[in-house]
This record gives sequence, C-alpha cells and structure tokens, in this order.
Amino acid sequence: MFSLNHNISSDSSERNIPDSNLSLRNGAKAAWPICLGYIPIGLAFGVLADQTGIPFWAVGLMSILVFAGSAQFIAVAMLAAGASPGSIILTTFVVNLRHILMSSSLALYLHSVNRWFLTLFAYGITDESFAVNMTRFRKGGWDKVSALGVNHISNIVWVLSTISGVLVGQFIPQGAFGIDYALTGMFICLLVFQLQGKKFLLTGMLAALIATVWFLLIPGNSYIVGASICAATIGFWINRKAGR
Amino acid sequence: MSLNDYLFLFAGMGLVTYIPRWLPLLYLSHRRLPQWLIEWLKLIPVSILSALLAPTLFIDTELHSLQLGKAELIVAIPTLLFALKTKSLGGTVLVGMLLYWISSLLL
Repeated sequence: MFSLNHNISSDSSERNIPDSNLSLRNGAKAAWPICLGYIPIGLAFGVLADQTGIPFWAVGLMSILVFAGSAQFIAVAMLAAGASPGSIILTTFVVNLRHILMSSSLALYLHSVNRWFLTLFAYGITDESFAVNMTRFRKGGWDKVSALGVNHISNIVWVLSTISGVLVGQFIPQGAFGIDYALTGMFICLLVFQLQGKKFLLTGMLAALIATVWFLLIPGNSYIVGASICAATIGFWINRKAGR
Repeated sequence: MSLNDYLFLFAGMGLVTYIPRWLPLLYLSHRRLPQWLIEWLKLIPVSILSALLAPTLFIDTELHSLQLGKAELIVAIPTLLFALKTKSLGGTVLVGMLLYWISSLLL
C-alpha cells in the first residue's frame, strides 16, 4: 500500500505540489478521527462475521474488495440468513448508490486530475473520507495527495480492524471511553464547518427533517440519497428565488 | 463457503460499490460543469452530513420511532457548541466521546 502511495507522490510532484510526502502526512493527520471511529465498528463487524462463521481471511478479503461499512454489515446478515450471492450483490449496489453524489461533488475539487489518480482515489470514497476531504478542500490549502492519504489510511485501519474483530473481538469490552461516539462527533463538527451562511444552514435543516421522516416511512438507507437530493434541490431553488 | 464462493461474492460486491464511486468523478472532473450544477453540488456535503446524522440523533432505531431524548442527541448539543466555539475537529471528537462515555455511566 505504501509503495503504491509513493508512486502517486512522485507523479504529483510534477503538478506544482511542493512536497508530496508532507501532503501525505497531512492526510494522515486529518484521518485520525475517522480511524478512531472505524476501530470499534470494524471490531464489531469482525465479531459479527466470526459468529456467522466467516473466517478471518474472508473478512480481510471482503474489507479490501468492498470497503463499505454498512453494506458489509448487511451482507453478513444476509449470509447468515442464507441469501443468494445475487441478492447480496444487488443489495450492496443499492446501499452504495449514495456514493454517486459524493463522487460527483468531489469532482468540483479534482478538476482535470489524471484519470489513473482518480481511479485509485475513487476506491477510498466513503461517507467519512468524503466529509473530511470536502471540508478541507473548501477551506483551501488541501491537495489531492493529502485527500488520497485520508482515503487510504482510513482503508488500512478499516481492513485491520475488521480482521482483528474476528481474531480477538470477543475479548474487547464494548463502548469503552465513548469510542462509539467518535464518528458522530466528527460528523457534528464537519457539519458545523459546512454551515457557512444561511443557505447552508437552511439546506442542512431541511436534510435533517426530510431524512428523519424518510427514515421512518421507508425501510433501508435510501433516506441518505433521498433527503440529500431533496434538500439540496429545495435549498438551491430558495436561494435562486431569494437572489433575484 | 469455499475461497471461490467468497471471491465471487466479494468481487461482485466490490464492483457494484466501486463503479458509483468512480464513474461520476472520472466523468465530471474532465467536463466544464454548468454554474447551476456547481451551485447544487456545493449543497451536497451539508445535506449528506445532516442526513447521515439525523437518524442517529432523532430516531430510536430499535423501535423505529421518533425519540427526542436519546443520549446521542443530548450529548450532541454541548458537542455542537464546542465545535462552534473552537472549530477544532480533534477536540470535538474527544469532547463528544468523553460526554457520551459519561452519559453511558450515568444512565
């Protein structure tokens, strides 16, 4: 993994990035709240997979190939219930469609970047890395190598946490030090960073309202995509009308 | 399940997960985007963050009903104020964890 990152670094140095090792280190620094949040979830996932009879190497393989927390939990539950591979793959597709929105928004800040870089970068787009990277990009002084660092360091921690969960998960006490709140706390702070003016505040409140109602009415996780598209669209129109 | 069964299943899951992560970025980053789309996409991060948080804070996922007294929500208020005041991501995460831990010991 690190030799791979190194190749990217040397490639990007041609694009006026002063020190790509520094960029990568900045990425690692920015990723720690994500890693902190992934550890308990990854361990819990490993324990669940172990109880379902999935060996550690298969858990590692799944975390490397899929790298999507909620879809992996659902897949294990479906495997336990004896679902067919086709139905698990289809469910995974639906659950992970929300990444279309994130991938599209990231394009704003990765304009005309090399396609190979984007191909490597896209693998690590998650709810968490998206939230951290978008906030940093918007603030400025954030580059694509740092962003790639966030993605891949989170990925390594996820893979290792899930494997550890299978091997030693049952020996680790749950809920210690409030670690289950790490990702919630991170999302709260990143949300605060996003609230730069009335239209963002309005859109955020709309999204929370719509997501809550949607979640109660429609099973599954379609509320994420549904509420995000509705809120952004309403916020966009209100802003346009107000601007005239 | 054998290695091949697992490999087939996880490769399939990986492929359908990777494509939605990859195609929009690959396509849109090499196009000139219309201004309205840029404006709209700028509202997506705040929307996604809000939508992701809402059920955690407002809904009892076991009972599948609205629940406005969850520990997650009560802890979120001082955590939010701390984030507003300090603008520190690391500090906010640690304060949130600490308060949540305390709340779990008290309740």
